[in-house]
Amino acid sequence: MRDDERVTTDAPAPSSVWRARAFRLAKALTTPLLPEDYVDLFDPLRSPTHLRGRVRELVAETDDARTVVIQPGRGWAGHVPGQYLRIGVDIDGVRMWRAYSITSGPRDDGMVAITVKAITGGAVSTHLVESLHVGQLVQMEQADGEFVLPKVLPEKILLLTGGSGITPVMGILRHAIDQLDDVVLLHSAPRPEDVIFADELRELDDQGRIRLVERHTDTHGMLDTDELERLVPDWRERETWACGPAGMLEMIEKHWAATGTPHLLHTERFRPVTVEPGKGGTVYFTGLERELECDGARPILDQGEEAGILMPSGCRMGICYGCVLPMREGTVRDLRNGEITTAQPGDGVLIQTCINAAAGRCDLDL
Amino acid sequence: MTALQKKDVNPVAHLTPQDIESLGKELDAVRQSVLDTRGARDAKYIRTMIDVQRKTELASRALLLFSRWKPAFVVGTVGLTVSKILENMEIGHNVMHGQWDWMRDPKIHSTTYEWDNASPASLWKHSHNELHHTFTNVLGRDNDLGYGIMRVDEDQPWVPFYLGQPAWNFINACFFEYGIAAYDLELGKYFKGRKDKARFKADGKKVLNKIGQQMTKDYVMHPALAALTGSWKQTLFANYLANLGRNLWTHSVIMCGHFPEGVETFTKTSIAGESRGDWYLRQMLGSANIKGSKAMHIATGNLSYQIEHHLFPDLPSNRYQEIAPQIEDICRRYGLPYVTGSLPHQVGSAWLKVIRLSLPNHLAKKLKFSRGRKPVQPTALPSRTAPQTAAA
Repeated sequence: MRDDERVTTDAPAPSSVWRARAFRLAKALTTPLLPEDYVDLFDPLRSPTHLRGRVRELVAETDDARTVVIQPGRGWAGHVPGQYLRIGVDIDGVRMWRAYSITSGPRDDGMVAITVKAITGGAVSTHLVESLHVGQLVQMEQADGEFVLPKVLPEKILLLTGGSGITPVMGILRHAIDQLDDVVLLHSAPRPEDVIFADELRELDDQGRIRLVERHTDTHGMLDTDELERLVPDWRERETWACGPAGMLEMIEKHWAATGTPHLLHTERFRPVTVEPGKGGTVYFTGLERELECDGARPILDQGEEAGILMPSGCRMGICYGCVLPMREGTVRDLRNGEITTAQPGDGVLIQTCINAAAGRCDLDL
Repeated sequence: MTALQKKDVNPVAHLTPQDIESLGKELDAVRQSVLDTRGARDAKYIRTMIDVQRKTELASRALLLFSRWKPAFVVGTVGLTVSKILENMEIGHNVMHGQWDWMRDPKIHSTTYEWDNASPASLWKHSHNELHHTFTNVLGRDNDLGYGIMRVDEDQPWVPFYLGQPAWNFINACFFEYGIAAYDLELGKYFKGRKDKARFKADGKKVLNKIGQQMTKDYVMHPALAALTGSWKQTLFANYLANLGRNLWTHSVIMCGHFPEGVETFTKTSIAGESRGDWYLRQMLGSANIKGSKAMHIATGNLSYQIEHHLFPDLPSNRYQEIAPQIEDICRRYGLPYVTGSLPHQVGSAWLKVIRLSLPNHLAKKLKFSRGRKPVQPTALPSRTAPQTAAA
């Protein structure tokens, strides 16, 4: 995270001794809750510990993509163009988190926007595109990510994007276009109507501020190295930012490595999660820094204890929640009904180890 | 189940292992049907409950700032009592059970929630969720049975100390939250030298801390704030009344859960090798419901559906009333008692049992206390009906 470069919208108020004292007094009045738990009833955006935002505007971009403009809560520390933010929404009552690139340019009103493309079978993206409404409260985390421009801007830049990979690049362009002299944007999308931000990009191209090379994979096929060579002959001289599907990024990384210029390449990938229920997997206890092979038929708690790991435990039948541990990342299967629980990196989904078996690799906080 | 077999009427004698297994399967299916439909409606229920409780508390506390004025005192005290009851029962108890963990909201989660009660959440979760719910009504394992100070079953040997148990029970009711804190601390076990000293010291510190914070809030901070309007005395008294009211209410509700006549107790040896069906059976026989209005159910934290709660302690509390007809039907078909009654009836029944058991068995028999247990005839036992349906 690069705090020095954040586009700050609202500086946090300086805390003082008096503030701390006032907080202690207020806390003595509200214990065991915190004063903010009561403030939350009336203004959830004021919370200093739980960052939240309110949806202020929804803009349709394509048939299956839309931009969500969010007014962040008081604690928002701003972002560096190109970074993403993690957003949490309650879907069927369950809080689910995903990361989306910030696409908004400079704004006076302190709002930020993310652009979401609905993925087939993607619960969160579909919800954000189809069910979100203006005025809704969303959970947020501070912006993060390394897919940003350096302080000293390179003279020549290549932006290589595919599908929704355009989103962080759009965030960068909207902020930095006036400071960039020579930008080539090579963008692939299935069809012309699938290109997110098409009008804005084509206008930038018309004005000669970027060179837009738009490809449509339904007619042109997937981008390969020969075509890259033909479309952007001077790519070796350009510092490159690439974001898109895993296959495209692999091709690019291999190619840059083979030609000896990987230091000029920056990539951003949206990680997929694969589920293998019933097969078991490796459980990694982050605090102990210990790996344990677990089968998929018995609870993680039993297997952990057999291996001599001191784990919290209780009823051992899934009712008391005495054994709950946060799962940072990975997949487990509820032995009672086969239900799969998946955590994206950093989620910290709390799982009961006494009735869950590993279903692939999972990282548990212990 | 040896403890049951000693009884004049053994409520499970007619069940074959096959019946118990199919009982377990039926109850698993009920549980699954709730899990399959758990969603936004349930989330809205608990969030609304929390919203109503906190706003009631805020409004009542604000009113109490002017409690020199009598109507403000009365309304504020009633409001604070209601909000404290809601917080402990429908919110605190159920959140700490993990009923809402599936929402993945860190503010409504069993691992983070701390309730407005003398007993710290961590200790309560151990003694309540692990011990009481796993070993429900098992003599010597379930501290909720008599809290270690009362005789709750004819099988327990009588000593003269128990003559005073109606009084002990009433005193416990008045100071109930401290009673809970004391037995979550396993005070009795410590004095018998069966609890680790270091652990007891650490736990004791937690309890004292919590009590300190709770007392400071109710009896120092809020009265001090009300001193600005000259209402400190009234506010102090109102806080005391609200805590007393909640103590008496929660004690009554909890007595109704496992004490009324017709509820069974079990011996330590009877639960060895219990199957899932056996465990369900013990939960059903060891619990009793309360009939009443919707407001009453909410005020009990839906513990008025104690049987449903004990079968499925981690299902959202708003669902218990929805599955209650199914559970009652299962009880009827399997010939099991589904103990229920109005609040006054159940409270009275529990108190009568406390009084009866304060006397030695031979004396209680002479006084002809009604045991209130009637055998229930099964209407459709799988072991008896299965061959017929197969033939048909």
